[in-house]
Amino acid sequence: MYKIKEKIYKWLFTLLAFSSLIFLLGIIILLFKESFPILKQVGLEGFIFGKNWYPTHGQPEFGILPIILGSLWVTTGAMLVCVPLGVGSALYIHELASNRQKAILKPMIEILASIPSVVFGFFGMAIAAPILQKAFHLPTGLCAFTASLILGIMAIPTICSLSEDALSCVPLSFREASLAVGANRWQTLVQVVIPAAGSGISTAIILGMSRAVGETMTVLMVAGGAAVIPHTFFEPVRPMTSTIAAEMGEAVMGSLHYNALFSIGLVLFIFTLVFNVIAEIVSRRFRLKLGLGR
Amino acid sequence: MKKNIIQSIGFGLITLCTMLTLFFLGSIIYFIVVRGIGVISWQFLTDVPRKAMTEGGVAPAILGTFYLTIGAILFALPLGLACAIYLNEYSPKGFVVNIIRMSINNLAGVPSVVFGLFGLALFVKFFKFGVSILSGSLTLGILALPIIISAAQEALMAVPQSLREASLALGATHWQTIKKIVLPHALPGILTGVILSIGRIAGETAPILFTAATFYARGLPRSIFSEVMVLPYHIYALMTEGTHPDKQTTIAYGCSLILLVLVLVVSTIAIVIRQKQRSANG
Repeated sequence: MYKIKEKIYKWLFTLLAFSSLIFLLGIIILLFKESFPILKQVGLEGFIFGKNWYPTHGQPEFGILPIILGSLWVTTGAMLVCVPLGVGSALYIHELASNRQKAILKPMIEILASIPSVVFGFFGMAIAAPILQKAFHLPTGLCAFTASLILGIMAIPTICSLSEDALSCVPLSFREASLAVGANRWQTLVQVVIPAAGSGISTAIILGMSRAVGETMTVLMVAGGAAVIPHTFFEPVRPMTSTIAAEMGEAVMGSLHYNALFSIGLVLFIFTLVFNVIAEIVSRRFRLKLGLGR
Repeated sequence: MKKNIIQSIGFGLITLCTMLTLFFLGSIIYFIVVRGIGVISWQFLTDVPRKAMTEGGVAPAILGTFYLTIGAILFALPLGLACAIYLNEYSPKGFVVNIIRMSINNLAGVPSVVFGLFGLALFVKFFKFGVSILSGSLTLGILALPIIISAAQEALMAVPQSLREASLALGATHWQTIKKIVLPHALPGILTGVILSIGRIAGETAPILFTAATFYARGLPRSIFSEVMVLPYHIYALMTEGTHPDKQTTIAYGCSLILLVLVLVVSTIAIVIRQKQRSANG
């Protein structure tokens, strides 16, 4: 009697444990399935390198190069903000903060990481955009620059927490050895601790990047939304995520436009998948290097 | 000494970085609190929107957020818990476990708008649930799954091995040990994971854009197949739709403050509890 019950439970848990895999496969299959018609129509090359995105014209054109470039501009800009600030803050918390400061700062950064993206988007739209428009005499405050700034600020807590984790994994003996041979604290930090934590910090940065590429509400509200290849940071752009979010509501289900938006989702998914796989490989190397095991 | 000057400059720089970080994040909270606090009133929290979203309250949106969050947790908790139990208590080490681990990690990295597409194609279109509480909850549940799994796994791992051995030595079966010893011991940790994912789900907008949310619903939702008003989507819609931008922005400040307070309070509770547990577990 007991044996049967035990077996049933074991099989039940085994079955349910595969749910994540099933969902992941489901996402991949559905993205491919819904993208297929448009890729057949336009061709992969025409889709990715096409310069015109006019999905609703009489003669619709589905080229997503401006949209991919929009994502890359905004993500690059965001990285310029969040990498120095995030890693810098992590270094401060690790090296300079007193125990009391640490006890407050570490959980605080983690809590700040949970501020919803729509709140950042709202802040960008209602407060940051008008201020920046005035300060830089821009035609519109809703542009790649504002989006990068807000997105960057949003990613700081993630990068900071993960980098700090990496820094605190570096064995104390590394520091002690360096200080013992006469290096001062800064030299120890830059030449011993940071290189040792290097791949951990890189993982943090890559994960931050993956987050920034996939972030939707902030860019939807702040980036301006013009699907044109941008030439400067002060032009409105339309990244991948905001294109999907903005146009899905008006696309007719089953139309080519609908399929094209799924293909953008597929491209976006592949982008983040690549980032995540790289992050995983780098972080595994990091743990091996410091002898932490998996 | 040159190297000490460099050290001072370096330390100065990282201190500056920290101050800028705190300044930026602090000013976002400051602006929203200062401009939103005047909007909040008992009527704002309990009334329905009136006069084309320019007056009245946002009670339906608060309630909608509540429904979706509960729905998502009801879906994700049993699934996530089962997955964590399998990985921690049953898993034969090896290939299968690695694949499951990998898929959890990758699922955690999928952009939220892609979850929205998935929910649209599967729940709204294929299963014909329509734009509804059900579709939205399921979509958000899948998004929360990796968070719940990793929190539950951490909680299960913190249960001392000796407790399991003692139970098995008394003749209890594997499942009895899990049910009577391991799960009660891991319960606080699992709850922390649930609270943490509530904070995450409540603020998510992109997954529900095309699976659950609507800007204006007549009356409260009647069943799980009705579309709902939801706080985060309401903020977005107030800023981008409608005909009275000024008055709508004011209401959006109020909504943002409610959402911000909700999420910050929930995640503060979760993170503080988790820290206490971690230091108790050593």
